[in-house]
Amino acid sequence: MIVAEQKSLDEMKSLIGEAQKVLVVGCGTCVTVCFAGGAREAAIVAASLRMATRLDGNAKAVTDVTVQRQCEWEYLDEIAEQVRAADVVLSLGCGIGVQAIAEHFPQAWVVPGLNTGFLGLPTEQGIWAERCAACGDCLLGRTGGICPIARCSKSLLNGPCGGSEGGHCEVNPDIPCAWQLIYDRLNSLGKLDLLLEIQPPKNWKAARDGGPRKIVREDLRLRAEEE
Amino acid sequence: MAAQPSSNGYLVGSNLERVLRAGHFAVTAELGPPQSADGDVIRKKAALLKGCCDAVNITDNQTAIVRMSSIGAGAIVVQEGLEPVIQMTCRDRNRLAIQSDLLGAYALGMRNVLCLSGDHQSFGNHPSAKNVFDLDSIQLVQMVAAMRDAKVFQCGEPFKGQEPRFFVGAAAAPFAAPVEFRPYRLAKKVKAGANFIQTQLIYDIPAFKAFMEKVRQMGLHEQVYILAGVGPLKSPAMARYMKDSVPGLWVPDEFIERMEAAGAPWADIPKDQLSKEDKKARADAWKQEGICICIELIQQVREIEGVAGVHIMAIEWEEAVRPIVEGAGLLPRPDVSAAPAQEAHHD
Repeated sequence: MIVAEQKSLDEMKSLIGEAQKVLVVGCGTCVTVCFAGGAREAAIVAASLRMATRLDGNAKAVTDVTVQRQCEWEYLDEIAEQVRAADVVLSLGCGIGVQAIAEHFPQAWVVPGLNTGFLGLPTEQGIWAERCAACGDCLLGRTGGICPIARCSKSLLNGPCGGSEGGHCEVNPDIPCAWQLIYDRLNSLGKLDLLLEIQPPKNWKAARDGGPRKIVREDLRLRAEEE
Repeated sequence: MAAQPSSNGYLVGSNLERVLRAGHFAVTAELGPPQSADGDVIRKKAALLKGCCDAVNITDNQTAIVRMSSIGAGAIVVQEGLEPVIQMTCRDRNRLAIQSDLLGAYALGMRNVLCLSGDHQSFGNHPSAKNVFDLDSIQLVQMVAAMRDAKVFQCGEPFKGQEPRFFVGAAAAPFAAPVEFRPYRLAKKVKAGANFIQTQLIYDIPAFKAFMEKVRQMGLHEQVYILAGVGPLKSPAMARYMKDSVPGLWVPDEFIERMEAAGAPWADIPKDQLSKEDKKARADAWKQEGICICIELIQQVREIEGVAGVHIMAIEWEEAVRPIVEGAGLLPRPDVSAAPAQEAHHD
């Protein structure tokens, strides 16, 4: 899932600025699951903004609505009226949601209420960790299902650097050394020989380094007469 | 691809390669460039190291702190009549910049390169910088070796003219985790084309012996020259810091105790009553003991089969190198400028 966290109320207030009618838009997918921008969070943020602006002596009209997915046009169509009526839209979606609202509603002023973090998973209640860097050329088949691109601080491909100690990365003791994890896993599976091959320089073209990416599936595209 | 010697029988013919091929116990030292544009700092340090080592490593923004570039400082070192080992990290440059810098380094007379991943930028003075790590150290070794042997850029295109010919070095961290994988990672570096290895600082001789035993079992010592990393301790605090806080560094308590004993005459004086003279005398006593320990370490690693030399890392303390090399009985350094390559015991 995409993991995000809320900006501070102060930053949200400053992003809203002088606008009087504020629409907080939650998203029912990833950010709901990571408790950053679902229906519950949207209602709490809206209530907090109402209270805070009243205390500031400039009570704003703050309402909230949550769509199933901010990143699909058909769900955004459902809130077209509310968006039109608002001076500002505070999106509690990830960066994709914010941009989808801006793209779908050319007249709307939209600001982000979240900081989008990474692609990851909850490792335990209240803790999320990065797992995928979306590099576009998955190498997990060579590393026992543990990604050194996303989880090694240096994204090394040929084994651990000298900064691996006691299972941790020297950059921060809270970071497990991805290469220790890979080593242990391949060891337990009897596949350590995979680590002896020299991995060639990576083709970063498939990653963000090749420019903004797009996937085209001709088999799924609608033909002109069907559109 | 097999390393092809040039017409004189050497891969490169650098002083370091000649010393190692002639079977001498090699000595390299480290020269840290300044956090300034002052070339005189390099000249002063070069003067301290001249005549007491076969080549000097010029660090590349070590610990991710911005300093004069290793190639810029290396050019001054060449002018001063010393041979540099250019350290090249993957942290700050992509494959284009590394290759272009190496073409320039060769044109300026540099002949040895040490290929490193590089300390992570979070440890340095620009922790908010973006890192590169387009290649890792093993891929870098492969690239620099192929530039020399296959005469091609990393993309496979041939050079349009003179290829850069470097004696290719790599690092080894025998005590970093997972320790049991370290000899195999060294083997990967050898397979990638490394000609020489400089290890992380060694203080734990029994542990290093165990590492070298595995290295010998794998036959690696016959394919690559291994220089054991050593360095003088400056104070008990430095020894404790290295033991407790630096990954891949094992410092036996015995050395910490010896450093403390060296400062014992001042140990009972309360900190605020130590005069300036006391502090200087204590620092000198610590340094003397640090140099002593370093000399003993050199003598011990020299006895280990497969160790072809030492790499002395006296960080911001280049003055210590000459007494260490002299104390270890390694002066004068051999003159191999006319040595024929046929005597090589490798290859």
